[in-house]
Amino acid sequence: MNTEFKIVKAEEVIDEAQRLKHDGYHLMQQCSTRTPDGYELVYTFGKALEVQQVKIILAEDQSINSISSVFPCAFLYENEIHDLFGVDIKMISLDYQGAFYRTAIETPFK
Amino acid sequence: MSTRSVIPFGPQHPVLPEPIHLDLVLEDEKVVQAIPSIGFIHRGLEKLVDKKDFHEMVYVAERICGICSLGHGLGYCDAVEHIMDLEVPDRARYLRTMLSELSRMHSHMLWLGLLADAFGFESLYMECWRIREEILDMFEIATGGRVIFSIMKIGGLRRDIPDDMLKDFRSRLDSIEEGLKIVSKPFVDDPAVKNRLVDVGILTPEKAELLGTAGPFLRASGIARDIRSTGYCAYGDIDFEPITSTGCDSYARTEVRIKEIYQAIDIMRQCIDKMPAGAVDVPVKPNQLPNGEFMTRIEQPRGEALYYVKANGTKFLDRMRVRTPTFANIPALVDVLAGCDFADVPILVLTIDPCISCTER
Repeated sequence: MNTEFKIVKAEEVIDEAQRLKHDGYHLMQQCSTRTPDGYELVYTFGKALEVQQVKIILAEDQSINSISSVFPCAFLYENEIHDLFGVDIKMISLDYQGAFYRTAIETPFK
Repeated sequence: MSTRSVIPFGPQHPVLPEPIHLDLVLEDEKVVQAIPSIGFIHRGLEKLVDKKDFHEMVYVAERICGICSLGHGLGYCDAVEHIMDLEVPDRARYLRTMLSELSRMHSHMLWLGLLADAFGFESLYMECWRIREEILDMFEIATGGRVIFSIMKIGGLRRDIPDDMLKDFRSRLDSIEEGLKIVSKPFVDDPAVKNRLVDVGILTPEKAELLGTAGPFLRASGIARDIRSTGYCAYGDIDFEPITSTGCDSYARTEVRIKEIYQAIDIMRQCIDKMPAGAVDVPVKPNQLPNGEFMTRIEQPRGEALYYVKANGTKFLDRMRVRTPTFANIPALVDVLAGCDFADVPILVLTIDPCISCTER
């Protein structure tokens, strides 16, 4: 599996997703990691057995646009990132507004 | 003029051993939209990286799910081994492959039983689970466990499976194969079973790709993507081809899973025949700590699972993340539900082989 992560700016994420979709990739997963200064988002795309990984570094209060308009299945991953980490993801196609996971603590992974 | 109504399906339902909720928007008896809702039992296991060291996290990974336990342990270990640059001995690679296929057989037999139960074929359900018991017996002999196996460790396996035990497994596989030939016949040939499955829940290859579908659900739409083809563990030394069907319906999903059980038996036999001698682990020194990040993937019985590990050079990881196949299959499930008859919803939910325990890590 490709172990390299391509760093992409938050404002370029939709363009990158569109480029990958145009090249025949599908979305495999999106995830977030807490860092001292904010968050690291890793988006993984696949084509057959090939993989491309994209990393986005977000500051503490920085928001990012959803890629669910490009990859419809992104809404699940993005709601998960929002509910567990509190990352502000704008324009998710199906936004559960924080009710995707019923957690005892708000944003427990933050 | 048709009437629109919203029917709540789940989180408690006879076909659902675990909770998932769907808001089904119906026009008369037709589903026009399904809105999924999960999160009833989210456990936050990934967050335990703060409290458990990277060796203990193997046990946490195994406890994500009682059916995919072995695969979760394997996927997590594989990611950490890549970060630490550990080379797993050949015998451990083969044993891991063999146990992964045993896990696939167990998972698919469980699913076949649940499917039979869902359409009221009780005797078939019990026969499927009787065969599954034989598979669990093999797990118990090899690992000491029937649900949580605790045989994976970073660097290989905790215990060897001796050659005489492997010889015994070979004869047990013959008996399982004979039993499978009998129980698989009704799923493939019975007209009543076909009536419930054929042309129900069509997922086109284009939609399957777009929605990020995984596993037998994907391969039943004619896409030959099977992560075992990347050759992880010992799959690179094994002769096999991904099993696909072009039916794109619930029958095709059943057909793919049945053929995958036969394939798993064949792969296990190949592993036993080619089993190398030697150690089953490489020692990891106490001061040997992971530093870096890696994403790995394996083919779980329900489909492709991703394991992302980020380590910082201490014994506690920054992140362990698991993307399970059921999570990836929910968008496609929602898609196939739109347009189906209300009466077909339980069967359709079952045909993705949902594992909510995995999804709610």
